[in-house]
Amino acid sequence: MIAAIEPSWYLLLAALLFGIGAFGLLVRRNPLVMFMCIELMLNAANLTFVALATQLGDINGQTAVFFVMVVAAAEVVVGLGILVSILRRRPGATADDLAELKG
Amino acid sequence: MADLVWLIPAFPLAGFLTILFVGRRLGDPKAGYLATAAVFASFLVGASIYIDLLGRPEEERETVVTLFSWVPVGTLQIDLAFLADPLSILMVLFVTFIGGLIHLFAVGYMHGDPKFSKFFLYLNLFVFSMTLLVLGENLLVTFLGWEGVGTCSYLLIAFWHTRESAATAGKKAFVTNRVGDWGVMLAMFLSFQAVGSMSYSVLNESAETGMLAASTASAITILLLVGAAGKSAQLPLYIWLPDAMEGPTPVSALIHAATMVTGGVFLLTRINPVIAASYDWVPTTIAWVGAITALFAATIALAQNDIKKVLAYSTVSQIGYMVLAIGTGAYVAAIFHMVTHAAFKALLFLGAGSVIHGMHEEQDMRKMGALRAFMPITAATFIVGWLAIAGVPPFSGFFSKDEILLFALADSVPLYVVGIITAVLTAFYMTRQVIMVFFGKAQWTSLANEEEAPEVAEGEPPVETHDAHGEFKPHESPPIMWIPLVVLAGLAAIGGIINLPSLFGIPEGGTYRLEEWLHPVVEFGEAEISGTWAYDNKYLLVAFAVAAALGGIALGWAVYLKKRLKPWEPTLFAKGWYYDQAITWFMGNPGRKGFDDVADFDQHVVDGAVNGVALAVKETATQASERQSGYVRRYAGVIGIGVVLLLGWFVVIRGIL
Amino acid sequence: MSDATFLEYVVFFSAALMILGGAIGVITLKNPVHAALGLVLTLFGVAVQFVAQQAHFLAAVQVIVYAGAIVVLFLFVIMLLGVDEAMDLSIEPIPIQRPLAAVMAVGIVGLVGAAVVRARDALDINPGTGIDVAQETGNNDANIQQLAANLYGDHVLAFQLTSVLLIVAVAGTVLLTRKWPRSGDDARDAEHESSDV
Repeated sequence: MIAAIEPSWYLLLAALLFGIGAFGLLVRRNPLVMFMCIELMLNAANLTFVALATQLGDINGQTAVFFVMVVAAAEVVVGLGILVSILRRRPGATADDLAELKG
Repeated sequence: MADLVWLIPAFPLAGFLTILFVGRRLGDPKAGYLATAAVFASFLVGASIYIDLLGRPEEERETVVTLFSWVPVGTLQIDLAFLADPLSILMVLFVTFIGGLIHLFAVGYMHGDPKFSKFFLYLNLFVFSMTLLVLGENLLVTFLGWEGVGTCSYLLIAFWHTRESAATAGKKAFVTNRVGDWGVMLAMFLSFQAVGSMSYSVLNESAETGMLAASTASAITILLLVGAAGKSAQLPLYIWLPDAMEGPTPVSALIHAATMVTGGVFLLTRINPVIAASYDWVPTTIAWVGAITALFAATIALAQNDIKKVLAYSTVSQIGYMVLAIGTGAYVAAIFHMVTHAAFKALLFLGAGSVIHGMHEEQDMRKMGALRAFMPITAATFIVGWLAIAGVPPFSGFFSKDEILLFALADSVPLYVVGIITAVLTAFYMTRQVIMVFFGKAQWTSLANEEEAPEVAEGEPPVETHDAHGEFKPHESPPIMWIPLVVLAGLAAIGGIINLPSLFGIPEGGTYRLEEWLHPVVEFGEAEISGTWAYDNKYLLVAFAVAAALGGIALGWAVYLKKRLKPWEPTLFAKGWYYDQAITWFMGNPGRKGFDDVADFDQHVVDGAVNGVALAVKETATQASERQSGYVRRYAGVIGIGVVLLLGWFVVIRGIL
Repeated sequence: MSDATFLEYVVFFSAALMILGGAIGVITLKNPVHAALGLVLTLFGVAVQFVAQQAHFLAAVQVIVYAGAIVVLFLFVIMLLGVDEAMDLSIEPIPIQRPLAAVMAVGIVGLVGAAVVRARDALDINPGTGIDVAQETGNNDANIQQLAANLYGDHVLAFQLTSVLLIVAVAGTVLLTRKWPRSGDDARDAEHESSDV
């Protein structure tokens, strides 16, 4: 009847998600929203992993997703901690205001 | 027996080590006797090896004794090996014998000196180094000995180091030798690069078989000539030898007359196939260096007033003869003259030492005179030496000098002319010396009246080495000093017998003859003169040489004894043609400027480049850092673009599309 | 491959819609809280896609950890810091940032897409032992079991290291965000805050 849903469709979807996340990271100035865009990209990667695991028949793809999630969690914790420390001092700062490397 | 050749350096080395540890306790004179015994022991070993070699057929007169592998580095394999062949054993024989006699003389001469044992320490070290030099199987062992004798020369010249002039003379000798050593080192490197070995057998064989390119052979020869010029005091590096007279007289006799200065001549003889394989202008250069040095030094000698300085310049001149002989391919003649010169020059120096000793350290000949009544033995032996060096038959010097002149004429007439003129001058200045010292009127009576010490003693070490005499009277030396003189005089007198020319019915050939003995070593390089005009007119040349000698003597007699002619001693000669002053001026002015320029270059250009690089990096980094915007999102954007480019490369260029 | 059922299509496309819709919401909504909600929508969509690919365990973990913990953490921080005011999105201070971002995004999507499309029928490069699917093996826990065997078998070291990582992250963050007593700035800040009140 209709074609089966191939893993490549998931790969395309993941690519699209990644692109959107990357665009958002570059365009948004609010640090927290930038962080959320990073999460989008990570999810795109996870989706890719699982799709390829299905295509190649290898469970290691799914294990990789597991680890990505753990690391993402740790990263969010630390990142938000840093953001809290910074924004406590300078409330309302955007990514552009945190430009200590200038010059 | 020849396998025991390693004993020859071993004895003096053992002497050196013994004196090093217990010399002070042995003291005067036991340390001296020990040192002498060590040297004579080497002589006995050398003599037995000589007899051994004599018993073999000519082609087999060569033994190599390898002690151990010294430098095993990849393709460079150098062993510490000794080569016992006719040339080296001959050198060992006369070096150790004459060296031993001089040691004996020194026991008497240095009696009372506070550093007595140290003197023999250095002397033994010197004999050890010299035996290494001549017995070396390859350039590196020879170089080891070469450096060793240079060092000992420095130590011994500056023996009375509290005297400023002695210390300076020692340094001068060392530095000048070093310049020569540079030449030897480059020759060694070149030898390794060309034939892959520093061993004489390999080097000479490649030269004989034509494997060695003429350009390489020439380069090696010229470099070794530079080394020889330094060690054997030829132009332009002779300047250290006259100053070296600051050392004690036995030192002058041993090192600067009989042995060390012959090192350069020995080395050139060793590599005679290489010389033969080089371009034609190379031996000609060697010959002219020798000839001009001989003449140059002879002119200076006739204007000197210090008894030892005359002999020093005389040495330079006589070695010039040897180098001239090498340049004309007369290797046998060069070695012959080396041996005879060793005997009579050592004799003359020791005789001078005896005179100095008897005159209570006075060295100025103008304050001597009529000494033959007071020092009969010294005078008699000195006269024998004088006749030998002047070239009066039947003394040894005549035979050796005549050989050299023969080959010189066979090579080129100008060389012969220079040689003859130098012979005349030699006879002249030696006659002058003999007359000033032993004949004529006594000039030293003024010393007796004034009771003042001779000016030489002012710079002497504080300890007076002789008892003060109530009345100044020259005296003969003790037996321990005149016995070596007598022995040497005997050698100087009959030494010619080792290579009598085939004249007047003396047959050619005969294994005792030096020419036959050295034949296997020099056969490739020895010049063949049997067809030349010079050879055919040998008798004429003999007569001419004798005439030159007697003429010089007569001239000297007329000027200095009979006072018929005015003495001609121009300041130019007395000041050594201002050679030393020229060098000093050069080093002080253009030389100094050159050194300063190099230092400046190093500081500004080299250091500047290094520092400049650092400065440039710092500048660039500062500039780059000022360009930073600080915006994280911009950085992320650039990273993103990089990712796209990378992906693009993989997908488009490498891969899939 | 067997023909897909209609239900599979519906699931795929609605999940895809959720994912993309949520993503666009994240990047376009002015209020950060609204953006967080968009993120949750995306995460749910991804979980649905996981289920569709027989990765049940991962779908569960996705919902629990990502949507349940991480997004909640985000919201906590947003509320704590009070950054929930809307921002003006029309201005962009850094020049050519938006075109740059557009180029980048289009480039990535385009290139990866092209690669995927081209490589659709590529052979298996490294075929594994196959993923256990519940229907085929008759074991309802097939996926979890296989995943667990793989995780605690082949990757046990990495597993231990991640536990270390989590501890370090927690400890580090606590240290980072601590208010150090008696430091000059903090004392001034405390005064400033109290005087504001």
